[in-house]
Amino acid sequence: MSDRQHCRPVNIDELREAVAWAVGEERTLEVRGNGTKAGYGRPVECSAVLETTGLAGIDMYEPDELVMSAGAGTPLAEIEAALAEKGQMLAFEPADYGAILGGEAGRQTIGGVFAANLCGPRRIRSGAARDHLLGLQTVTGHGQIIKTGGRVVKNVTGYDLCKLLTGSMGTLAVMSHVTFKVLPAPETCGTLLLTGAARATLLGALCRAMGSAFDVSSAALLPAAAAARSTVPDVSLAGGEVAALRIEGPAPSVAYRISRLEDLLHDGEIECARLDPDGSALLWREIRDAALLDRQAPLWRISTAPTAAADIAGEREDVLFDWSGGLIWATGDERGDLRARVDATGGHATLVRASPELRSAMAPFHPQAGPLRALSRRVKNSFDPGRVLNSGRMYEGI
Amino acid sequence: MSGIAMPEPDAEAIAKRDWLIDALRGIVPGEGVISTPEELRAYECDALSTYRQVPMAVVLPETVEQVSKVLALCDRERIKVVPRGAGTSLSGGALPVTDGIVLGMGKFNRILDIDWANRCVVTQPGVTNLGITRAVEHEGFYYAPDPSSQIACTIGGNIGENSGGVHCLKYGLTTNNVLGLEMVLTNGDVIRLGGRHLDAEGYDLLGLMTGSEGLLGVVTEVTVRILQKPETLRAVLMGFPSVEAGGDCVATIIARGIIPGGLEMMDHPAINAAEDFCNAGYPRDAQALLICELDGPQAEVDHLIDTVTDIARDLGATYLKVSQSEEERLGFWAGRKNAFPAVGRISPDYICMDGTIPRSELAHVLRRMQQMSAKYGLRVANVFHAGDGNLHPLILFDANKPGELDNAEAFGADILKLCVEVGGVLTGEHGVGIEKRDLMPEMFTEDDLNQQARVKCAFDPTQILNPGKMFPKLHRCAELGRMHVHKGQMPFPELERF
Ligand SMILES: Cc1cc2nc3c(=O)[nH]c(=O)nc-3n(C[C@H](O)[C@H](O)[C@H](O)COP(=O)(O)OP(=O)(O)OC[C@H]3O[C@@H](n4cnc5c(N)ncnc54)[C@H](O)[C@@H]3O)c2cc1C
Repeated sequence: MSDRQHCRPVNIDELREAVAWAVGEERTLEVRGNGTKAGYGRPVECSAVLETTGLAGIDMYEPDELVMSAGAGTPLAEIEAALAEKGQMLAFEPADYGAILGGEAGRQTIGGVFAANLCGPRRIRSGAARDHLLGLQTVTGHGQIIKTGGRVVKNVTGYDLCKLLTGSMGTLAVMSHVTFKVLPAPETCGTLLLTGAARATLLGALCRAMGSAFDVSSAALLPAAAAARSTVPDVSLAGGEVAALRIEGPAPSVAYRISRLEDLLHDGEIECARLDPDGSALLWREIRDAALLDRQAPLWRISTAPTAAADIAGEREDVLFDWSGGLIWATGDERGDLRARVDATGGHATLVRASPELRSAMAPFHPQAGPLRALSRRVKNSFDPGRVLNSGRMYEGI
Repeated sequence: MSGIAMPEPDAEAIAKRDWLIDALRGIVPGEGVISTPEELRAYECDALSTYRQVPMAVVLPETVEQVSKVLALCDRERIKVVPRGAGTSLSGGALPVTDGIVLGMGKFNRILDIDWANRCVVTQPGVTNLGITRAVEHEGFYYAPDPSSQIACTIGGNIGENSGGVHCLKYGLTTNNVLGLEMVLTNGDVIRLGGRHLDAEGYDLLGLMTGSEGLLGVVTEVTVRILQKPETLRAVLMGFPSVEAGGDCVATIIARGIIPGGLEMMDHPAINAAEDFCNAGYPRDAQALLICELDGPQAEVDHLIDTVTDIARDLGATYLKVSQSEEERLGFWAGRKNAFPAVGRISPDYICMDGTIPRSELAHVLRRMQQMSAKYGLRVANVFHAGDGNLHPLILFDANKPGELDNAEAFGADILKLCVEVGGVLTGEHGVGIEKRDLMPEMFTEDDLNQQARVKCAFDPTQILNPGKMFPKLHRCAELGRMHVHKGQMPFPELERF
């Protein structure tokens, strides 16, 4: 692929030209930001590369209005630094897929974050990227500049194409500009660690905590092997399975809620311990990036009902439960046994990291039933009839 | 009927009426097909009641199979279908068409499962919004989005409009609280999206369906997440001598990093209408009234209440009252929640607008609205979701006076154009429907709208679902599908190849 053309437009008109060129010449474009997720999805061969890193820079940030707008190619790190300066954050806490996929950490672009609909452990309380995107400027596979959404949080004017395009992996349109919601960072955060009990008991405790009024923002369970890999001593030295609950907010409120949760969950079996804010920040980052699992083996990401987690994972040690069991990260499994179990209980399993051969042999995104697959194809067709943009990246022909 | 034109009725469809009613009875037996003029009247409008049209028939299916067969029949015969929940849409989303049928989802009125462990409820779409909370509140849970119409409106209609409520600022709109749904396409296909888990696979069609105003598919089952009620809820009432001061207070609360459970504002006319209606105890002389509700653990709520009252005092609040009991808190809300009927009492008719603006534009927009009010000679009262910038100007008029409805609609259109001008949007939660349809070009280019229309075609290629809504112009799908790329140049021929 040494003679692939490579374009890096620096404004929306150049971007439109590039797509129009590809359509006219019947070329296919690999759409990407910094390419940190190049190994994610079905391997496809495109005849040219379209990179968004030239469309960079924060061009509007109004902390009082909780809104920011930036070129799709702006590095996430730049955005997070600007937000931190004002005590704000992206509440959906996007995972770092560069690190997850075995590349360099800290390099992804904000466009890539939305195109892949990333999120993190706070998903259960604050949503995913989809819940934070307010407006978009894109170029579709018709070579047209399309605007959707706006800069205000409440907007039902026309179809919510922001939702449709978030997570579409560049297969419908190329994002040039994103406007999104930002939120105040919590004053402090604490973590309650639960140990001493079997997996089922700990998962049950997480569900109970989530059903309480104490506004838990994250709930994870680390099997012994995963816990042992943590750089947080309280976790790695616990010697056994460790469950963790994150509580965020004003300091007195955090202290109060942690102690109420202790009262609620502490029983003969479960032992409780607390992590300070620094330890908490470190641990939740490790969980966010699935850093507590083997970094070479194939990696699955399973979204399911929390109560199905125990059945799906069985006695596997090479797993990590987040979202109170609603998210399972698992390594190994080159045969897709996990996916078969998910089919039986509901949910979906994504093969996030695997060799190109395995990603060709086994659909990385969960296969869809007939009518849904047909509908997805028609949706693809409505944006990109010439199959120019990242075609085949998600599903065959999509 | 006033200003807004509906598509020319299809004579061929109307000619098939008797045949169609028989065919529908073959699918939905007994009382399920309504066809007498008297009974059809009950369905002639939604809550945008200045627009009325009687449909050919109303079908009230009870099973997904019936929905699928009705849609497939109508698709084949090119009969238009308007899905309907409770008919409380304020934008004409459920307005019937004279050459089509209404598909009423009222009989899908059962909650199918309450899954406490996974904190979600699986329900049929005809269950009311409040019905969901009622079903789970004995365990301390509730369904967060709470439109003022929650006693009547259905969860299916909430999906249709992506409805919000006073608690959206902190807990999100319908779209942030729906986990899954089942829907039927016009070709009869039954499709499930999401479920009891987060993040549906593939394209986010669940997100796309929410707010699609009945134009893409008919929703037959919904899974929503439920939340545990906060430990403590307290509210503060704050009166200000100017809307600017009220607006500043809203901005300052948010800027301090506080996201209240609710943050609502009313202007002078709305305050007085509410007082007349239900004696909520609002300060009649205030130019702006804020209701700020904080929820969470007691310690946190008390701490934040102090911060908020300090902010209000610094900004010159002339009235400050913190709720001391649950009864008092609900009393604070009574006036706001009854604002619509309250205004209904001081004016024979009113229309409710629904634009959203960046919060910082609040005072400017209210001032401009006063000028317009003078120009049109019509009164306007404002209630709004101040925390998220969603305005609800209520334009008061008398439909019996010739020309006054047209005048009110022109005033409303000017307000919405102003919202767009300052960086906002035409509708925050009520939907486009027919009401804002012709204003869509204020926000979108023809290319933008054509892309939305192509999405519609991907779901409903014969365009039988809810036609005449949302899109100012109808194009045939075949025409939209054609590629119109005017050929581009490879823009960077000089760039390295590698
Ligand atoms: C007094 C009053 C106060 C209100 N307050 C609020 C408020 O605070 N916040 C707010 O957001 N809205 C509010 N509304 C507007 C209205 O209640 C909401 O839009 C509500 O969601 C409509 O629900 P419904 O069941 O009445 O739907 P309908 O009016 O019957 O239909 C609404 C739309 O959804 C479609 N639809 C309905 N059911 C289905 C289905 N099963 N499948 C596919 N499409 C379907 C219809 O075709 C239509 O386009 C208020 C209305 C009134 C009259």
